[in-house]
Amino acid sequence: MPAQRTRRRRRVPAALLAPAVLGLAFLILPLAGLLIRAPWAELPARLAEPEMLAALRLSLVTATSATALSLFFGVPIAWLLARGDFPGRSLLRALVTVPLVLPPVVGGVALLLVFGRSGLIGAWLHERFDVTIPFTTTAVVLAMTFVSMPFLIVSVEGSLRGADARFEEAAATLGAGRWTVFTHVTLPMIAPGVLAGAVLCWARALGEFGATITFAGNFPGRTQTMPLAVYLALQTDLEAAIVLSLLLLAVSVVVLASLRDRWTAAP
Amino acid sequence: MRAKPILATAAIALATLTACGGDDAEEEVTLTVFAAASLTESFTEIGELFEAENEGVTVEFNFAGSSDLAAQITEGAPADVFASADEANMEKAVEAGAAVDPETFALNQLVIAVPEGNPDGVTGLADLAGLDFAACAEEVPCGTATQTAFDAGELELTPVTFEPDVKSTLQKLTLGEVDAALVYRTDAIAAQDEVDAVEFPESAEAVNTYPIVALEEAPNADLAAAFTAYILSEDAQAVLEAAGFQQP
Amino acid sequence: MNTESPNTGLDAHLVVDRGEFRLDLRLRVAPGETVALLGPNGAGKTTALRALAGLESLSAGRIALNGTLLDRPKNGGEIDRAELGPENQNRSAATGRGTGPNTAARRRSGALNTDPNREPGEPADGPRYRWVPPEHRRIGVVFQDYLLFPHLNALDNVAFGPRRRGTGRAEARSLAADWLARVGLSDFTRRRPAQLSGGQAQRVALARALATDPALLLLDEPLAALDARTRLDTRVELHRHLAGHSGAAVLVTHDPVDALMLADRLVVVEDGRAVQEGDGESITARPRTDYIARLVGLNLYRGRGSGSAVRLPSGTTLQTGEPLEGEAFAAFAPSAVSLFRERPDGSPRNTWRATVSGVHRHGDHIRVQLEGPLRAAADVTPAAAAHLRLEPGQTVWAAVKASEIRSYPA
Repeated sequence: MPAQRTRRRRRVPAALLAPAVLGLAFLILPLAGLLIRAPWAELPARLAEPEMLAALRLSLVTATSATALSLFFGVPIAWLLARGDFPGRSLLRALVTVPLVLPPVVGGVALLLVFGRSGLIGAWLHERFDVTIPFTTTAVVLAMTFVSMPFLIVSVEGSLRGADARFEEAAATLGAGRWTVFTHVTLPMIAPGVLAGAVLCWARALGEFGATITFAGNFPGRTQTMPLAVYLALQTDLEAAIVLSLLLLAVSVVVLASLRDRWTAAP
Repeated sequence: MRAKPILATAAIALATLTACGGDDAEEEVTLTVFAAASLTESFTEIGELFEAENEGVTVEFNFAGSSDLAAQITEGAPADVFASADEANMEKAVEAGAAVDPETFALNQLVIAVPEGNPDGVTGLADLAGLDFAACAEEVPCGTATQTAFDAGELELTPVTFEPDVKSTLQKLTLGEVDAALVYRTDAIAAQDEVDAVEFPESAEAVNTYPIVALEEAPNADLAAAFTAYILSEDAQAVLEAAGFQQP
Repeated sequence: MNTESPNTGLDAHLVVDRGEFRLDLRLRVAPGETVALLGPNGAGKTTALRALAGLESLSAGRIALNGTLLDRPKNGGEIDRAELGPENQNRSAATGRGTGPNTAARRRSGALNTDPNREPGEPADGPRYRWVPPEHRRIGVVFQDYLLFPHLNALDNVAFGPRRRGTGRAEARSLAADWLARVGLSDFTRRRPAQLSGGQAQRVALARALATDPALLLLDEPLAALDARTRLDTRVELHRHLAGHSGAAVLVTHDPVDALMLADRLVVVEDGRAVQEGDGESITARPRTDYIARLVGLNLYRGRGSGSAVRLPSGTTLQTGEPLEGEAFAAFAPSAVSLFRERPDGSPRNTWRATVSGVHRHGDHIRVQLEGPLRAAADVTPAAAAHLRLEPGQTVWAAVKASEIRSYPA
């Protein structure tokens, strides 16, 4: 009955509260440091710079594309890892997390070795179709996808393992084929996990630097994302770098908060 | 400590152990040098020479981009010596009051690095038109120098990528992603197994000067001054020259 | 209703091997009939249900519903099915009769002595192999914990089946609304499962299973998750819907009351096999295993009848009311046992010395567990218990009148 849905305020045990507060301070103080150092008077002028807007737009477009790609490939991979029954599954699971461990710059080099002009696949693409991937916006998306997809896979796989597969059996007895079961039962049930994974993935893609600069280089409007712009600004002008970082932060916080309200409002 | 003979004996024994038979009277000193990333190889070598001549001294380096180092120094990092790859970043340290009267100890010039054997037959800046080449971003010293050289040659050249530092610029070439890269002579020489360096006249307009200074707040002021002087000595200059630097 | 296939109901021989455990159960359920599989936990009831639903495949045997073969494993030996355990693969390779341990077990049971998959009435040219996946079986399932989809409201949960079976969205919704009305939940169509009580969720689950018009309805412990009072109401309600269901129904339960009240016929399953089958009356009157005897509250013994006595393997002889020859069961109610401090004289023809091993309150009487030549339960009044000062370890005399002991052939 509805009464059982009421929530009671629970007191947080001190043993949890103390480290939580300290940890939060550790996470939030650096942000405060940025806010304090930020040259607020310069902010409007900075925001009006076309290069900065180009970098911001490119960041949003590429991070979102990378998230879409990660969803497209990552959810099936997660399903395979969670529900598949084949030899070498645990090895595959370990391999999927390689981009998490690999320093992003190395990831970028690895991508060059495959998709670069003389890479394994890149050389063929170059000769056959006259397509070169490095130094293009596509390269930015690929670099972001490479480093951020594991976040999505790990999150979705966790949700899939946590989901009760008997609901899928129940759907089958009601006449749902395997694909319908997936789209109508499995996916809606793990939606919070997919969303969490997508958010992590998007955030990671947005902050991506190492693999992008290595694989896609830095060219304003084409491959220069916000983190690259921030890094270069840091070379000459600390305050400009802070402004850029804050802008990136503000945009991502707004996007994530609005997503949260829309998607996680359900009980 | 003197009051307790047993402890004193123990302390001496310990000192003997750690100093490996060194003179008890001389103290162990660590000199901290903040140096531009492009100085990594040569300064490491010079540091070893300096240690050999000054017993009990250990030289520790912090190699990074000059602007990062300048920022660290102005924020109060405990460094003895600052060697910058350009004057602009040194100027920041001077303005912040961290340094006084830096001295130029080396010059570096841009070259066009090309794959070994120069397959595209590059002879000068003008040949870069139509090629995919990498250059440094204008925000970093090598990028500023590149732009100056372009301006001197009255050339409108656009690289495929503006790299954040000279090492990654060169890396794009060694990975085969570009046909040429505008890098410092020192970097091209360091990678001479893989790349050839093509000199070009416009680079004379964009000579990069490397200033060094003993910092005002240096924990080891005397030693810092000694190291700075040593960099200008013949021995150290020979090392720098072998790496591709020119003498000031 | 499907007019093409004969309306013959369920005809199944379920054989599922899982490691050491083997389910081997024949089951026929006529349209409109409800059969309860009654048995202790781990007896294989749920496995049987899952096999019928297609959530698990048979190792051998067959399932036919209204004349349509749903599952019949290949055992010609050409291709081993992945689901088959190694034992069965061995058997398959050995021309279907083989020498595996299961074959031996089957011969002992006398259940099969020809092709294990060929039923007596089945034509020899029937399909050798058949597997219909669950989504293509006309079977509805009510799961033990209902498994209502948490992301859908009650209406969409019920509409889910019709939608998947090709009904349009609007039509499926109105059908679902009808079903929810039939189970008395018209006001709850917009509720999510988390906002429903246990009894309501159970009714939604029933409506969801029935909304696809299944030829076979399967219910897995449908009342087990409910509290006592809800259970009573829901049981009555469920009975009404089962009575109105034109297809066959199989109910799995470990609760004899559910089985007796909801089913037309009971199949008692123990250790993967049917041990007794019949209507409630015959089973409760003449239990054939300890499990059933305990369920219906009888002391049960198996022995050999000779005249009006049944001799037990332990050597004890029970004097019974009617004469019987050969293998026999003897049963009496705990209330038929009288306890005395001294050996009684007079009419009871069965008296023995017993040790009290347990004393518990049981309703308005006291149940006494007795050890000795005859292990038995006895019910006495609290007054008698107090008078006898019953406590574990104490020795008493137990007596049962011969007329209170029922005997019947084993």
